[in-house]
This record gives sequence, C-alpha cells and structure tokens, in this order.
Amino acid sequence: MEENNKPGPLRSRPSVRELGLFGAVSVLLLVSLAIAPGKDYFSQWRHYQKSYLKLATERQNGTLVRNFHGGIQQIWIPKLGVTDRCQTCHVNQSGTLLGASSQPFRKHPPVPHELDEFGCVMCHRGQGTATTVDEAHYATAAWEQPLLPARYLEASCGQCHLGVLEGTPRLNEGRQLLSSEGCAHCHSITQPDGNVVKPEDDPPPLVHIAEKTTREWIFAWIKNPQAYAASATMPNFQLNDQDAADISAFLIAQSTSSTTAKDSVKHTASAPANADAATQAATLYGSSFCSSCHAVQNEAGNLVGGNFGPELTRVGSKVNPEWLQRWLQNPHGYEPGTRMPHYRFDDRQIALLFSFLLGKKDPDFLANVHLPASDANSIAHGKRLVTESGCAACHQINGVNPPQNFAPDLSHVGSRALSQVVFVPGMKHTVPDYVAAKISDPRAFGPGLKMPKFSLTDQQVVALTTALLAQTDRAAALPRELLFPAQHRSNYHPGGDAGKLMEDLHCLSCHSINGNGGDMAPDLSLEGSAVQRAWLEDFMKDPNTLRPALIRRMPKFNLTPAEIKTLSDYILSAYQAPGIDSGILDPHALNTAATARGKQLFYSKYGCQSCHIADYKTDKGYVGPALAGVGNRLTAGWIYRWLQDPEAVRPGTLMPNFNLKEDEARDLAAFLMTLKAKQNGGGK
Amino acid sequence: MRLAWISSLCLALVLSACSSKRDSKQALAPKVYGTQIVEVSGGKQVTDVGSETPQPVVVQVNGADGNPVTGALVSFQGEGIQFSLPQALTDASGQVTTLPQLGSSSGLYQIVAETPKVGGGATTLNLQEIALGYEQKLGRAVNEKYCVRCHDSESTPERVSNFDNLSPAPHQFSDGAALNNIPDADLINITTHGGPALGKSAQMPAYGTTLRPVEIKAVVAYIRSIADPPYQMPGVKYGKE
Repeated sequence: MEENNKPGPLRSRPSVRELGLFGAVSVLLLVSLAIAPGKDYFSQWRHYQKSYLKLATERQNGTLVRNFHGGIQQIWIPKLGVTDRCQTCHVNQSGTLLGASSQPFRKHPPVPHELDEFGCVMCHRGQGTATTVDEAHYATAAWEQPLLPARYLEASCGQCHLGVLEGTPRLNEGRQLLSSEGCAHCHSITQPDGNVVKPEDDPPPLVHIAEKTTREWIFAWIKNPQAYAASATMPNFQLNDQDAADISAFLIAQSTSSTTAKDSVKHTASAPANADAATQAATLYGSSFCSSCHAVQNEAGNLVGGNFGPELTRVGSKVNPEWLQRWLQNPHGYEPGTRMPHYRFDDRQIALLFSFLLGKKDPDFLANVHLPASDANSIAHGKRLVTESGCAACHQINGVNPPQNFAPDLSHVGSRALSQVVFVPGMKHTVPDYVAAKISDPRAFGPGLKMPKFSLTDQQVVALTTALLAQTDRAAALPRELLFPAQHRSNYHPGGDAGKLMEDLHCLSCHSINGNGGDMAPDLSLEGSAVQRAWLEDFMKDPNTLRPALIRRMPKFNLTPAEIKTLSDYILSAYQAPGIDSGILDPHALNTAATARGKQLFYSKYGCQSCHIADYKTDKGYVGPALAGVGNRLTAGWIYRWLQDPEAVRPGTLMPNFNLKEDEARDLAAFLMTLKAKQNGGGK
Repeated sequence: MRLAWISSLCLALVLSACSSKRDSKQALAPKVYGTQIVEVSGGKQVTDVGSETPQPVVVQVNGADGNPVTGALVSFQGEGIQFSLPQALTDASGQVTTLPQLGSSSGLYQIVAETPKVGGGATTLNLQEIALGYEQKLGRAVNEKYCVRCHDSESTPERVSNFDNLSPAPHQFSDGAALNNIPDADLINITTHGGPALGKSAQMPAYGTTLRPVEIKAVVAYIRSIADPPYQMPGVKYGKE
C-alpha cells in the first residue's frame, strides 16, 4: 500500500530543464497560432483599406467612412466564370472619394459596361480570386495569367464584340489587318461564334505568269518585294540568291498560256512620242481614276492613290508590253477573277495608257540581275521550295496544291499557356510580348522557321497583337447570347444581263448592294428610288463627281448607250426602297409658297449651305454632295424621306438627322426640286 | 528551427531585393556640360493609354555659345512613363532621342528632360504628352466621322477641310483658350440641340437625334483631353484658387 501512496513519476516536481522546454514549446505554439490571424491582420488588402479610410477621414468625408464595409469584397458572376476580389483593394472604383488619383484608389474611367455585371478580369485579365498584389497582377508559377497591358486592352472588348466596334480603333485595325495582310491564308482563326476569318487581300494567280513578266523580275521581287513597291503586302521570305533563282525558274516553267494569249494584239497606232501625247496620257490616267485603286510614289517618296490594286511606281520594269496591251483591252482574259474592271478603252486610249505605264520604269531595278539558265534540277529544286514555303497558300500555281493546316491555328492564341511557348532569350515572358515579337520578326525565333517577315509598322504590330489576344479560351466558352457577331457580306449578286455587265465592270468592288460589296462608293441598294432616269444615264456616260472634295471618284468606263440602258433599267426597277414612290408626296404640295418656305429653312433655320452647295455663286459647303442641279438628279419622294431620317435609308451616312417635321421636310423638298442648275456649273 | 529558417530566408530575400534595386540604376557620366536644353520635336503628342507616342521625343543640349554640344548627359523622367532610353549622352548633333510609353490611365503626362550643369545643379525642360482612354477614343472616333470636316482646319488627301467655308469660324477642338471656359453641360447642349440653342451659329447642326448621349459626352471628354492650354476640372481649379 505504501508503494501506492508514493507519488508517481508524473507527480514528481518537474525539473528546470523540463519547465524550460515546456515554456519554449508553449511560446512556439502561441506564436504559430498567431501566424494566421497575424498574416490576416497585416495583409496587403487590410493595409490598403486602412489607408483608404485614413484618406477619407483626412478629407473629412464622414459619411463615406461610416458607410464603408471592410473585409474581402467579391464580384461573382457564374455565367461568365468571374470571381473577382479586386474591389477589396480597389475600393474607390465608383469614385465616391473624389480626387483620389493614385492606385489602388483611382476611380475607374467611364466604360460602356457596369463593373458589377462584368467584373474585372473579363477585361483586365489577371487572377480575380487572388488577394495579394503579386498574385493578382503578375504571373506566378501556379497562376499564369498576368494583367493585360493597357495598350492591348481593346483585345478584351473583342472577346464578345466580334465585328467593328466604335471606340476600339486598334482592335478594328488589327482585325482588318488579319484579313488584308493575308494572315488567314496560312493560319486558321475561328472566332467564338464559329466564324472563320477570311483573307481579303488579292494575291494574283501565277498560272500564266510568264506572259505577264520576266524571270528576272520574279527573282528581284521575291528577294525583296518592298524594293519594287513600297506598299507591297507580299512578305519577305529572306531567300538566298540560289533559292530565289530556282523559284523563279520553276514559276516560269509551270506557267501555261492564258486563253487570250493566242489572240494577236490588236494593231494599235503607237502613240505619237511628243509632249502633247504625254500630257494626254496623264490626263487619261487621271480621268479614268486609275489612282482610286492604284498608287504611285511621287518625287517626295509619298504614295499617292488607293491600295485596292497594285502599286504602279515601277510597273514599266515589270510587265511584258504585249501582256499590258491585252490587259488594258480586257483584264478578264488573263485573270477571270481579277478586281480590275473591264474598261471599254478605244485603241487610241490604250496606246496612250500603254506608253504612259511603260514609261514608269526604274532602270536600276533589274540592272544587276543576271540569272544562270534554268535546268531540270533548278526547276525541281524551285518546285520543292515553293511547296515547302507554302506559296500556294496564297497564289494559284500549276502543279502545287494549296497546303492544308500549314501554320498553327490561332483561334485560342490569346490564352496560350506560357509553359508551351518558346521564348527568345532576353524577351519578356508574357503572351502579348511573344505574339508581338512573332509578328514583327518571326525568324528571330529560329532561322529555319517558315513564317516570312512582313513589312509592318510598330502600330500595325500592336494592332495585330490586340486582335489576336482577343482569341481566348474564355471567349470561346462564353454563352452565345453574349456574343455580338460581325456583320458579314451577303452573297448577293445581281442577275441577268445587267448582272453580267456589273460583274464585268466590278461595280461591287466599290459599291455595296444588298449587303455585298465594297465601301468606297455609295450603297446602291435603294438607288432606284433615289435618282431620275435621265440623270442616271448621263452620269454613267460621263461620271461627274457630286462631291467636289472627294479624291476617289467613279471611273469613266466608256459604256455604250445599250449598256447604259441595260444598267439603268435594272437599277431603276430592282433597287427600290419600300415606301418611297410617287404617291408619298402630293405634287400640289410642291408649290411656290412651299419653295419659299423651304429656301428659308435651308439657308436660315438649318444652315444647310455650311455643308452643301445649292448655288455656286453664294454657297461654299464642301462636306456633302453639291445640290445645285439636285432637282434633275433626285426624286422628290426620296428627298422627302431622306430629310426625315437619313440613317434609315443609308446607314452610316454623315448627314445628321435634324428631326424635321413632315411639313418642313416637304417644304425643303419643294425648294430642292427647283434647283435645276447644271452640275458644277459645267456641261453634263 | 523551421521558423528561423523561414525568417532567415525572408531576410535574405528582402536583402537581395534591396541590393538588386540598387544595382539597376547605374549612372552614366557626362563628358561635357551644356547650359541649355531645348525641345527639337515630340511634345504634345496624342496616343492611347499604355502606348508609345507616335513619334519619338528629341531634345537638344546647347552650350554657352548656343551651339549644340556632344556628350552631355540627358535623363528623362515622368510619372507613369517608361522611356526606351531613360538617359543617354547627346550624339554628334547634340541631340538625344527617346520613345516614351505612357501609363495606363488617361490624361496629361509630364516629361522632365534634365541635363547637369557645370558645378552641380541641372537645367530642365518640361514636355507634355496626352494619353486617351476608352471614352476619349470613342470621342475621337465620333470626331473623325462627324466633326473634323468643319472643326479641323487641316485638310488631308482623303478629306478637304470645310473650315474656311464657314463664318463664324468653328472652334478647333484643341483651342483650350476658348473651349475650356465653356462648361461640359453647354458643350453637350450645343452638340445635342445645335448652335442656335445657345445663341450660336445655325451652321452647327443638332446631333441629338444622330448621336447617342454617351457619344456626345465622349466627344466632350475628347475635347477636354486635347485642350491646349490643358483643361482643368472646375473642382480642381476652384480648390487651387
């Protein structure tokens, strides 16, 4: 029993050493327990919230301080996959505290969306769920998505808005470039709505190339396209002399005869070689409005003219004279799909233009090109190079099929994982920097890479990068109802004899009709309701411009009276606006009293003369079309309807909607119909 | 033990961060000293937020005799701005060229170009650049479609200006001296209801039916952003006075 009374080893007094150990362990435990609340207490976001409250107190904004809710703030939008805690630190996004100019308290600038409906990462990217500065803004090992730099921010608009968007010029330009620089020939780019980006440049087919130019020119061109034409979109493949010589040998060898090659060139009286003829030729080039589509470099080195057709600065060093003559007679014989309209030039005009264009020579351009004669080996080697370089992705070439899946698919390039990207030493490890570097100098990533070097400005590279960064995984996963698809061209084509004629003249290159066509000239979908027959026929005979300030003008096609009648009949019957007919306006309403009231409205109330010319003696307005003679040009019903809502009958017009009352529109129409003076003061 | 490890690791990290910061700024030594620094080109440019200005900024250092000097040190500073070349010595023509990339918020950015003087001190030159945010860019787009034809006196090959055909002459949008004194509400009203609504010329049409209110507000924001002299918000102006 005694033994039982003995205190057990547990009850023995602890030694100092044991006490010390116990104390140390307890302190350690306490400290470790304090780490979590301590970390929370000293967290960055709590620090920022405290600074914010301090700032608000300094500004004596008591209400703001009282109404402030601390703690983690979160925007949660399941349908967009958004969980954003950015507002935990960025507490002043609504701008309640005025004048806070430094981050994270800056007011969010005005944007078209409510922040609560879209969250932050939809536009800015970064990690929405993170609660520390570094993890939210920058890439970490676990979280790869850093903030999108401000210069590419428009890319985020492009995730939902798939077409042209007002206020995002960079994104719009980039998307335009994806088509016009021909990126989409090799790369497949599918937008979130399933639309596949289509190329909109016009690389010429090379199947009859030997008729058009020489092997020497091909060699010089593929070595450096921009040396021939500063505006050329053809990229530089950085070929060596041997490869370029072999490719040129193959392209000449594969060339076949076009259907018109056998037609002998019409005997044209060669243009008299005197100064007078040179002036006549330049005048004809001008009055045919060749420069609406073709550019020429002037002496100052500036390009003057459009970029719809190839630049003509050195065309005399390129083309074969016989080919040029046939081309001027009718381009469709050589290239059925060309954008070049079929002008009805007579022999004298062809001779003038022929000598004018052949005169645009650069004697230095081919001076140093001396190629070895081609043989079977060089041709075979050329063919292999053409196949490997993907020339057939853009150009039609005999014996080489267009390659399939030639270049990487870029549909999700904006979300490309950093771990899958090979960076060049020294560059920043972010997706935007990678994309921009790839576009501006692809061969920097390896000399053997296939992508050629495009001649793009820095601004164009930023724009293209912006457009590509819009192609994200997030965008592809968005619900369909959130997407705003781009407007696509319809496949409208006019029918019948007029349709054939309009194909031949390529009216749709410049004019848009029923959703198909270009935007260089007015939309003709409702033209039949707008114009009077006599004016239309006169205009097609001799297209006098309506807008004195415009550079780009309707060319004179030298149509025959029969052709003009066919076109007029078709336009006046097929292109009618619903609801505009002769019955819309009572002819008795167009009386002298109404005309006087209309003149008053025109000059005094609405100041129309600031943009339009009704009388060449007094008016100077240069923005809208001249209205002297409009009484011979437009129908009264059209003017009446147009004035009430211009945007409704011609979307995108510059003419503001003045919200006119019906009687005002009627009086103005009455006045305008009395303006019968001849166009431009000159003959029609 | 682990705590000690972590704390010592942290300490090492903090120290390394400090030292790397110190390393990053290595001074360039001037070979000669100038007495004056002047702008050659590149001030008052307009660009988008976070972007480089369209043209580089070029400054020149002149000596006491008024001629450019080669080898003088020029350094550029500006809050929120990154320079392609933050500091450099002047070239053979006495000039330094740098491309500034503006920060991510819209507004006016100040660039200070500085060159040291003989015996301490420095001569400075102030330049301003403008960054446009979304609202200003929307305003610019509307401006380019509807307004420039009359409000911009410059003609381009694509667009002949109508400015000279109008009397009274329209205000240039950068004309801060005149437009800064007109409140936002009045600018919005003139644009919405036309000139006559505020006793101005009937040649200014009403755009209230053509443009949405946000577009008109955006145009005003654009006008404010490119104003020269710069526009100050009424509150800021009042506070300073």
